[in-house]
Amino acid sequence: MIQQQKREIIIPSQLLGEVKLKKAGRGTFIENGKIYAEILGILDEKSDYINVIPIKGRYDPVENDFVIGIVEEAMASNWLVDINAAYPALLHVNETPWDIEFGETEKYLNYGDSIMAKVLQVDREKKIQITLKDYNLYKIKGGHIIEVEPSKVPRIIGKKGSMISLLKKYTKCRIFVGQNGRIWIDGNDDDIKKVVETIKMIENESLSFGLTNKIEELLKKDAKDVR
Amino acid sequence: MKTDIKLIVDGKRLDGRRPDELRKIKIEAGVLHRAEGSCYLEWGGNKIIAAIYGPREAVPRHIQNPLRAIVNARYNMAAFSVDDRKRPGPDRRSTEISKVISEALEHVILLEKFPRATIDVNIEILDAEAGTRCAGLTAAAVALVDAGIPMRDIPVACASGKINNQIVLDLGKDEDNFGSADMPLAISPRTGEILLLQMDGHLTEEEFDEAFNLALKGCHIVSELQKKAILEKYKPILEVE
Amino acid sequence: MTILPSIKREYLIKLARDGKRADGRTFDEYRKIEIEPGIISKAEGSAKVKIGKTQVLAGVKMDIGDPYPDIPEEGVMTTAAELIPLASPDFEAGPPKEDAVELARVVDRGIRESEVIQVDKLCIEPHEKVWMIFVDIHILDHDGNLFDAASLASLTALYNTLVPIERLRSTLEKLQEKHPSIKKYLEEHPKDYKLPLRDPPISCTSVKYNGIVAMDPSLDEEETAEARLTVATDKNGHIRAMQKGLNGTFTQEEVKKVIKASIVNGKKIRELLYKSVGK
Repeated sequence: MIQQQKREIIIPSQLLGEVKLKKAGRGTFIENGKIYAEILGILDEKSDYINVIPIKGRYDPVENDFVIGIVEEAMASNWLVDINAAYPALLHVNETPWDIEFGETEKYLNYGDSIMAKVLQVDREKKIQITLKDYNLYKIKGGHIIEVEPSKVPRIIGKKGSMISLLKKYTKCRIFVGQNGRIWIDGNDDDIKKVVETIKMIENESLSFGLTNKIEELLKKDAKDVR
Repeated sequence: MKTDIKLIVDGKRLDGRRPDELRKIKIEAGVLHRAEGSCYLEWGGNKIIAAIYGPREAVPRHIQNPLRAIVNARYNMAAFSVDDRKRPGPDRRSTEISKVISEALEHVILLEKFPRATIDVNIEILDAEAGTRCAGLTAAAVALVDAGIPMRDIPVACASGKINNQIVLDLGKDEDNFGSADMPLAISPRTGEILLLQMDGHLTEEEFDEAFNLALKGCHIVSELQKKAILEKYKPILEVE
Repeated sequence: MTILPSIKREYLIKLARDGKRADGRTFDEYRKIEIEPGIISKAEGSAKVKIGKTQVLAGVKMDIGDPYPDIPEEGVMTTAAELIPLASPDFEAGPPKEDAVELARVVDRGIRESEVIQVDKLCIEPHEKVWMIFVDIHILDHDGNLFDAASLASLTALYNTLVPIERLRSTLEKLQEKHPSIKKYLEEHPKDYKLPLRDPPISCTSVKYNGIVAMDPSLDEEETAEARLTVATDKNGHIRAMQKGLNGTFTQEEVKKVIKASIVNGKKIRELLYKSVGK
């Protein structure tokens, strides 16, 4: 049975509860024993934590997140990579599967190249390190890349990947969703277009109920029309 | 300032307002596509657009603060926003206003979450009619919320002043030119803390108290309008069937 | 600075080879154009133009000044553009850089060379005082094709401009003391009146990437482009101004095709402009 949780838009400075009764979770701050919202978001009360899930804002890197990065600059022994966060990420030559000579970084990754990477570490000064050293991480070739609000990523993936599976099934596209809001799509022209349109729709209606079913119906119908 | 002009007669101001009445205000959040957060605001004859970029790494490196973000507010008046065309580019007045607005915003934004970064706040005055700095700060605050920037409160600003020896709220154009005091005020509405306060003119201590309380009242009214604008923008995404 | 991923660039090129554009438009089709005249009360004339998601605001201010010595009986027009940091994460605050200067000058030439403004009718006192017209372009949201949006906004702003006799009446009356013939000027123009204009040239911009030419480029297309061509045409289908930008090249064939498409689209856009100002 689907439990319809009442969803409420929360704005910064809104009083959400008291430290005596609840714990301050994500997106909140404490002042004088009271819990307040610090960002624009949706209220999410789980067990005794009060959280505010952001609706907007840059990607906030978390260790082990899979992200799609775009190379900004190749330096002597590392690259500066844009991952749609407040700061660029650093990829060191040792964090790649390649054996790279000093100063030869450009031969492997250059300005504008896209990579499927993983967040390795974020330190206190928000210096971000990413890695390509994993069997499913690599330099991306072909296809198309679009960007969505990072806060919409969970909806696009869906519960246990339900939404993204639908998209892959009905369009036969390869799709990879980075936690940082970048999405890579590969397939034929019309299918890529269909995926882009569907993702835009999910982005706009992300908080409505029954979205997964609605999307499935639409995709099914289109697939039937084509046949 | 010439004060033999009658700016208020029998409790009615030149534009028909009562002493404690605000001009008409309209606020719309999220109006630009490229900016991360934005706001369009009309306040009397003022038309203002504010946009936020960031947080993003501050460059060049030497301006970075390793512990927190820097707020870089830029208040600018369009050449066509005033009666006599203004030469494009910052002048001393815009520079000063940019500074006091940056400082007001720095207090409410949770800066420690973004070391080495900058939050760029752009305030463009497209059509000007007295009280642009208050309207600009108010718009910037909505744009910051729209950008998802973490804040401890949504700052708001409003001015009061003195015309023909009477304290009034929200000076209009002629009142600004011919009145005898003008006091813009910005607060953190949740706590009442003063973030911006300027005054020029002539007020006794009692007049100051009256003007301050009136501006405070104005701030709280405008604060409700800011919140309403944000909810108006985002509530519809909850209701889509 | 925002980077266009190579994958996106290659995707646009691949689509173009298949005769398609990312947003489904044909290669000489414009995005939705919205024109809103007269929105700035302090300006003598103003307009906001949206082409797709690109938004540009233009304002016209007028003042009384000295004519240029070589054209002593004509009004003086200047155009300035500001790529304000509001409009794009890549725009920086500060004095106009070459992009802003090029934009302003191209828009300016489009208006000036086609003689849209009847500058001979803007003389107050020959050799002494004329009307000065300042066109200021403010980019608000950059999603490609700033040239056409800026040009259209400037023209629409001129089309709803009223010469500010009222606002400058005291200045004019003071000038009468030195130049008595101004009295006649004031008698002929007792109140604000519409700026005397002729038919507007409409500018149409195209870009070329990997051998494909596309009109009204989106931001991604502009960032993929190697060359850009803006052509301004008048109502008779004659060419009034041209500007090629960026370091790529066009063939003569391509230029001729662009001219033809510019004439067709120019006519359509001119109709939109007229409709918006109630002509």
